Amino acid sequence: MMNEQRKKIHPHKFTLWVAIGSILMMFAGLTSAYIVKRNQASWMMLEIPVLFWYSTITILLSSATVYMALQKLKQREMVAYRSWLATTAVLGVLFLVLQIAGFMKFGELDIRLVGAGSNASYSFLLAISGLHGLHVLGGVVALVVIAIRALSTTNRNYSTIPLEITATYWHFVDILWIYLFIFFNWMK
Amino acid sequence: MSSETITHGHAAVQTVAHAHDEHGHDHHHEESFLTKYIFSTDHKMIGKQFLITGMIWAIIGGLFSVLFRLQLGYPEMSFPILEDLFGKWAAGGRITNEFYYALVTMHGTILVFFVLTAGLSGTFANILIPLQIGARDMASGFLNMLSYWFFFLASVVMFASLFLQTGPASGGWTVYPPLSALGQANEGSKLGMDFWLISMALFIVSSLLGGLNYISTILNLRTKGMSMTRMPLTMWAIFFTAVLGVLSFPVLLSGAVLLLFDRNLGTSFYLSEIVVKGEILPNEGGSAILFQHLFWFLGHPEVYIILLPAMGMVSEILSVNSRKPIFGYLAMVGSLFAICILAFLVWAHHMFVTGLNPFLGAFFVLLTLLIAVPSAIKVFNWITTIWRGNIRFTPGMLFAIGFVSLFISGGLTGIFLGNSTLDIHLHDTYFVVAHFHIVMGVASFFGMFAGVYHWFPKMYGRYLNNTMANIHFWVTFVGAYLIFWPMHYQGLAGLPRRYTDFSNWQSFNQFSDMNRFISTVAMVVFAVQLLFVFNFFYSIFKGRKVKTQNPWGANTLEWTTPINPGHGNWPGDIPEVHRWAYDYGKDGREFIPQTEPVGENESAH
Repeated sequence: MMNEQRKKIHPHKFTLWVAIGSILMMFAGLTSAYIVKRNQASWMMLEIPVLFWYSTITILLSSATVYMALQKLKQREMVAYRSWLATTAVLGVLFLVLQIAGFMKFGELDIRLVGAGSNASYSFLLAISGLHGLHVLGGVVALVVIAIRALSTTNRNYSTIPLEITATYWHFVDILWIYLFIFFNWMK
Repeated sequence: MSSETITHGHAAVQTVAHAHDEHGHDHHHEESFLTKYIFSTDHKMIGKQFLITGMIWAIIGGLFSVLFRLQLGYPEMSFPILEDLFGKWAAGGRITNEFYYALVTMHGTILVFFVLTAGLSGTFANILIPLQIGARDMASGFLNMLSYWFFFLASVVMFASLFLQTGPASGGWTVYPPLSALGQANEGSKLGMDFWLISMALFIVSSLLGGLNYISTILNLRTKGMSMTRMPLTMWAIFFTAVLGVLSFPVLLSGAVLLLFDRNLGTSFYLSEIVVKGEILPNEGGSAILFQHLFWFLGHPEVYIILLPAMGMVSEILSVNSRKPIFGYLAMVGSLFAICILAFLVWAHHMFVTGLNPFLGAFFVLLTLLIAVPSAIKVFNWITTIWRGNIRFTPGMLFAIGFVSLFISGGLTGIFLGNSTLDIHLHDTYFVVAHFHIVMGVASFFGMFAGVYHWFPKMYGRYLNNTMANIHFWVTFVGAYLIFWPMHYQGLAGLPRRYTDFSNWQSFNQFSDMNRFISTVAMVVFAVQLLFVFNFFYSIFKGRKVKTQNPWGANTLEWTTPINPGHGNWPGDIPEVHRWAYDYGKDGREFIPQTEPVGENESAH
């Protein structure tokens, strides 16, 4: 029975794919709400600050680095693996910082995201990007947990499954952001 | 044991791996009270945790309905004890309007989500999946444990909201904005509403973690020989339920997040041009209909999330106790699939009169009426399954037959309500109340009771008391019809929902006797549910002991485990499966378990 199972996808990986489907439904719900609202009265055109381009590039890079980390782990090059892993986590944090900085810019431009005088278009941008940011934060936490495990001297562990799962998730939040970014630029 | 699993280095997986280990040698792993009963990763214990938490909620939610039925049935009377218990909420011994709305809202929320979603699919998905597909535990015991504890946290927050000074949420279980978005509009839209949203967010996380696990367990951990088409129908039903939940709950979460923004950050997703108590609000450009779309995109699948597990268990129980194979197994699976698809395409029939484009409504009428097709297939197959069967009227069987009866009665009125033109007259009347209570509420409860009576011997190694069970069934069954049948007439006559008192209303005070009758029956039925609760806990400790491994003579795998299975379910190897689950009355044999190889001279099915 176990041999038969080996041919199949690892159950945890499978669970992640179902979870990705679930997360996609949430963002599908939000972006369709955005489309519905866009066709209604008093809708403001979105102005996307240039900082969001930088954060987009950052998250794209981080996908490449997590790929490198996984390759190095598979080749058992543990020093390189750890540094690629750390780079990915740092890039993830950098992405979040750039996103927050991007939203600060709206304050300088005197555009209200929330509260009286706010327009739903910008509130949507904040709510959707904010929820995406929370998902990136979850990925960063997973990376940090794996990094701490990798540094442990008592527990030598060469299983690639946890990192494979995290990497898949990481690529997913990356692609999700690209989708949202294109969506916001194209749908304005 | 695969080395791959061991090297996971993941606490949760290690527990599962350990369970895998246990069968090889007879060593018994010491479990403390905490790991066995509280933070358990054993699917059977988690299922029982869901069941008992759900039962506590059912008592609370049921009690709320007794309280507001007291108001509806006896609007002119005052009950000083209510003032003693609830203070200002029942000033002068009469239930105030705010309290009435809070009770109705909490009754709906508790029974739809906490009892019939978590309590029903949480319980039976957990207990039955590994036992019926032949697995030692869920794909991830740890996620499974988290799923229960998120449900527990959601329960704590919702329970706490009952004790807030401004009361719990009271804008209806659908929490439509703008009422739910504006704290100044209503006492129940103040802190109670925030508690409601936080509790529901936790609840959604719990459902998602559970659903992910159910799907990946059913697809990945079936024992040798258990192909998808050999699975009992309970497994198919739970599988489709989990798919519905995983795809629709996130959309509710997105709707709830936007509502939290509108409530606390002054955004205008749902709000536009509103005046509350003379104050003009600055919000502009929002759309209340948007929330309804997001809510009902979950809300309608939710109906099937509640109903499908009941359908699956009923199919299994009817077949076992008729000693006949299920009629049309593949048609049953196909109709479950069809219901699952249609569930996502009919949500706007809840919005026929809320401002939806009537032209758009026409499509939703068509899709809604299409649901009658798979539903009719299922009813036909259930009846043909028991047709000329060798029926054993066990309590589980009684409740399963009761389910079919209620599903037909409640389903037929769905055809009325699915027509947008008829809905103009019938919406927001007691006709709607009668329809959804019978088809979704009471029918699913019957499915749940059937499941509890049928699998109680597997859960606790004892039987429930039959006399109490029979009283429970007959009073509940007759009572359900006595409560909800008259409501159809009231609704056709136009009696609106959500009113606390009809006595000063000339058109409707003719119904005061009928209302009193309904309320009285409701109290009797509620009392009988307490008898069931007593039976349940009494029988855990004092019930008649199960002496044989397979007390119902059933074919499915759970009856090949020891009477009280440990963590890991089978002491030796997991049995191999050679046939489908419904070989009853075949070749002169009463039943042939799934584990028996197909004989040479056996007739094909």
